[in-house]
Amino acid sequence: MIHRAKEIRDDPVQMERQEWKQRQRQHRLKQALTVSSPIFLLLLWECFSRMGWIDARFFPPPSAILFTFWELGQSGELFHHIGISLFRIASGFLLGVIPAVVIGLFMGLYSPARHFLSPLIMAVMPIPTLALLPIIIIMFGVGEVSKIVTIAGSVFFPVVINTVAGVTNIDRIYLDVAKNYGAGSRQFFFKIALPGSLPVMLEGIQMGQAIALLTIVAAEMMGANSGIGYLIWTSYKAFLLKEMYVGLIVISFFGYLFSVLLRGLQVKLLPWR
Amino acid sequence: MSTKIVMNNLTKVFYKKDAKVTALENISMNIEDGEFICLLGPSGCGKTTLLRILAELEKPSAGSFAITREKDGRPLQSMVFQERGVIPWLTVEGNVSFGLKMRRTPDVVTKERTAYYLKKTGLEKFSGLYPRELSGGMKQRVSIARAFANDPEILLMDEPFAALDEQNKFILQEELLTIWAETKKTVLFITHSIDEALLLSDRILLMSAQPGRIVKEIHIQSPRPRTMEQIRSDPEMAAHFVSVWNHLQNEVQQSRSPI
Repeated sequence: MIHRAKEIRDDPVQMERQEWKQRQRQHRLKQALTVSSPIFLLLLWECFSRMGWIDARFFPPPSAILFTFWELGQSGELFHHIGISLFRIASGFLLGVIPAVVIGLFMGLYSPARHFLSPLIMAVMPIPTLALLPIIIIMFGVGEVSKIVTIAGSVFFPVVINTVAGVTNIDRIYLDVAKNYGAGSRQFFFKIALPGSLPVMLEGIQMGQAIALLTIVAAEMMGANSGIGYLIWTSYKAFLLKEMYVGLIVISFFGYLFSVLLRGLQVKLLPWR
Repeated sequence: MSTKIVMNNLTKVFYKKDAKVTALENISMNIEDGEFICLLGPSGCGKTTLLRILAELEKPSAGSFAITREKDGRPLQSMVFQERGVIPWLTVEGNVSFGLKMRRTPDVVTKERTAYYLKKTGLEKFSGLYPRELSGGMKQRVSIARAFANDPEILLMDEPFAALDEQNKFILQEELLTIWAETKKTVLFITHSIDEALLLSDRILLMSAQPGRIVKEIHIQSPRPRTMEQIRSDPEMAAHFVSVWNHLQNEVQQSRSPI
């Protein structure tokens, strides 16, 4: 201890540099830990499955799943399913988000509309759209439209609610500023209401995106003859578990991709945050 | 000198079930063109309410006021809000040009006037930044530049420096006086700092609380340009300080004692 204290007195910069290096090392260690956990799990899975400690019929080794992934990709079957699902997600997402934003802004800006519509939204929101799937199929048939509507329905609610909250939570002082500086209603909308509500609205859209993915898989499991959900479900029923895992990986990948894309969009749209 | 603002018996009552608060009672006064007025009083004395009425953000319960319009197309008033009033999603430049854009001033004029006041307030270098990246003092410069760029008949300021630290406050007060001396606009400034009022005003209006009334008027004769050192070392100002201080003390004591 005495020796150490002497060192500090001798060269404080040297001392601080060493501290800094240590912090850097710790930081790198944390990063390594973050990367290592999925790798560790996969390795464990691979070993256990190959050594027969877990049942390879239910938990085929990741390397075998990867090989099946490759095969399905080669035959084009996988991309067919992915294409169909992406189309449904994209159209359902847009069909849900666009009216949700429009209605949400309208409700946020005109309080009579808010008071009139919010009980309806609150009443319908807790019902899972999937529970309405039979009705949706009766209304829209078994084709593409019913899947798109199901997704739209489940995306709509988080977006509409967040949009209303985004508008109503804009600090009152900005409304005063707009009024004091003579903003007309159009200018108020574009300069205050829309940009001011955007952060919370985008959070809602991010939530909607996650829900869209959940919904498509379930909807395709229940009534479809193509798509990722269908791939997962039929593979499971035919006991082709490697194929099923491929479907799960694809879902996981797209979930990650979409949230990264939306985060990117957020950074682009909200440079002031 | 001509009269710029006339107030006639302005009264504001806030009414809620079982309770009414007379925020302002029969405020009548004239303010001359080019005067710098400070409204000084304990918190809750209705000074902000008076300002908001003049800013047309609130309607008086009774009475009326008029602001003389000198030039067609000029807005009657612009307000310098407290620090939070800078709009976070607009850049510094977007904030300063806000009023001009809202009134659809020709682009050339908007650009020129925005650039002028950005320069005046030392914000040129920051024109592309968002308020998040600015210090409190810089934000208030944006707020001041926005109001001056709008070129209103009168300026209303709602404790613009209240949230700043002492040094920044002095710097901004003197900057404000410099810009003001150039434009000679009529200013109504709310504060609860006696020093600030003494430094800035031609006239201090002392208010009392509930009902909000103007109870005393002090003319500050000290020559301009003024500096804080000057005000602090002037014995007459010291006397003013003490008398205002006593008034405020009394007000606070009264509001504490049961009626």
